[in-house]
Amino acid sequence: MIPAAFDYKVADSAEAAISMLGEYGDEAKLLAGGHSLIPMMKFRLATPTVLIDVARIADLSYVRQDNGHLAIGAMTKHCELETNADVAAHAPLLGHVAALVGDPSVRHRGTLGGTLAHSDPASDLPAAVLALEGVIVAQGPGGTRQIAAADFFTGYFESVLGEDEMITEVRIPTGTGGWNYQKFNRRAQDWAIVGVGVADGGKGISLVNMGSTPLRATAAEAAIASGASASEAAALAAEGTAPPQDNNADAEYRTHLAKVLTERALKAAGVA
Amino acid sequence: MTVNGQAQSHDVEPRTLLVHHIRENVGMTGTNIGCDTSSCGACTIHVDGQSVKSCTMLAVQAEGTDITTIEGLADSARNGGIAVGAEDWHPMQEAFQQCHALQCGYCTPGMVMAATSFLKENANPTEHEVREGLEGNLCRCTGYHNIVKAVLSAAGEA
Repeated sequence: MIPAAFDYKVADSAEAAISMLGEYGDEAKLLAGGHSLIPMMKFRLATPTVLIDVARIADLSYVRQDNGHLAIGAMTKHCELETNADVAAHAPLLGHVAALVGDPSVRHRGTLGGTLAHSDPASDLPAAVLALEGVIVAQGPGGTRQIAAADFFTGYFESVLGEDEMITEVRIPTGTGGWNYQKFNRRAQDWAIVGVGVADGGKGISLVNMGSTPLRATAAEAAIASGASASEAAALAAEGTAPPQDNNADAEYRTHLAKVLTERALKAAGVA
Repeated sequence: MTVNGQAQSHDVEPRTLLVHHIRENVGMTGTNIGCDTSSCGACTIHVDGQSVKSCTMLAVQAEGTDITTIEGLADSARNGGIAVGAEDWHPMQEAFQQCHALQCGYCTPGMVMAATSFLKENANPTEHEVREGLEGNLCRCTGYHNIVKAVLSAAGEA
């Protein structure tokens, strides 16, 4: 399968990419690792007429400690998150989840900024960033703004990112609280049928593939905050969700999975 | 870009997939196309030393990179020549032969490239780690048992 024709531009800086986005408007898409966008283009589900390659912007690939946060460049690849010592020490959930995306060859290409911008509710890393209460830094022609992960996702493959903005950095509060990630799927490299991320001893609980965006299990989080047990909180995990129905699972089964996986994740994270 | 150490320069349409470019423009047909949806790993090659599924990368994205395909693994190929046969195989190729790690052979080029990339990241893996490391490569003959044996055997030598 071959994508529809497009023009290919290479941006050597975030500023150059944003200026090109301004020039080409909504016909253009940013290309990072391409492991979500290129398959969609091959299926002709996406037909941008201009691709702006941002994967070569070397100064957007970094992990550094910054004022109680890990600052992670948007073009940092999954394989780098998997093996980075600072990520392992200060945001272990993120490194663990990065190692569960696709397979090793996919992780050699995929980027953190790319998977967030793609905003697939079935993807693992957006949910990890959500549970960790990460902040997404978006740069546009007028400068940068910081968007809480909880405010970032708006619908299937949709976010608050403007047409002329790109993600340049992801900021994760550092922490050593109990964490866990449960990914339920039937084959090794599949997306999660349902996934649950737990950060900071249950302060953050996020759900994969339980709606049109990655979600926080707010009722379960509130229960943990007021001293509920893992099983009491898990019973509330699917509150307020509208899970999708597909060949893998119907909504009822997803609701069941969300509760079971939340209980497992909370207990593994050390919540009694 | 270089492919197996040889500089390659071509004008390509932006939508040309890297696997088509390698097979049709560069003329290296050892890399197979399987599922064409980045699931099966038949098209796995190395880009700057790391395994990549070449059906899910554009040729233009590989501008300036060093690419290795199955043809470039053997000793003489790495030294700029043409692989001449079993005597200069890469240890992984030899292990695949010794362990009978192939049946129909279609997945083999991708499997060998994924396995060599994996051992660079984990030189002394357990059997479980080998299985996880090769999760992106499918063998429809289900010959996984001997493939894992071969990778473990090559890990001792590579």
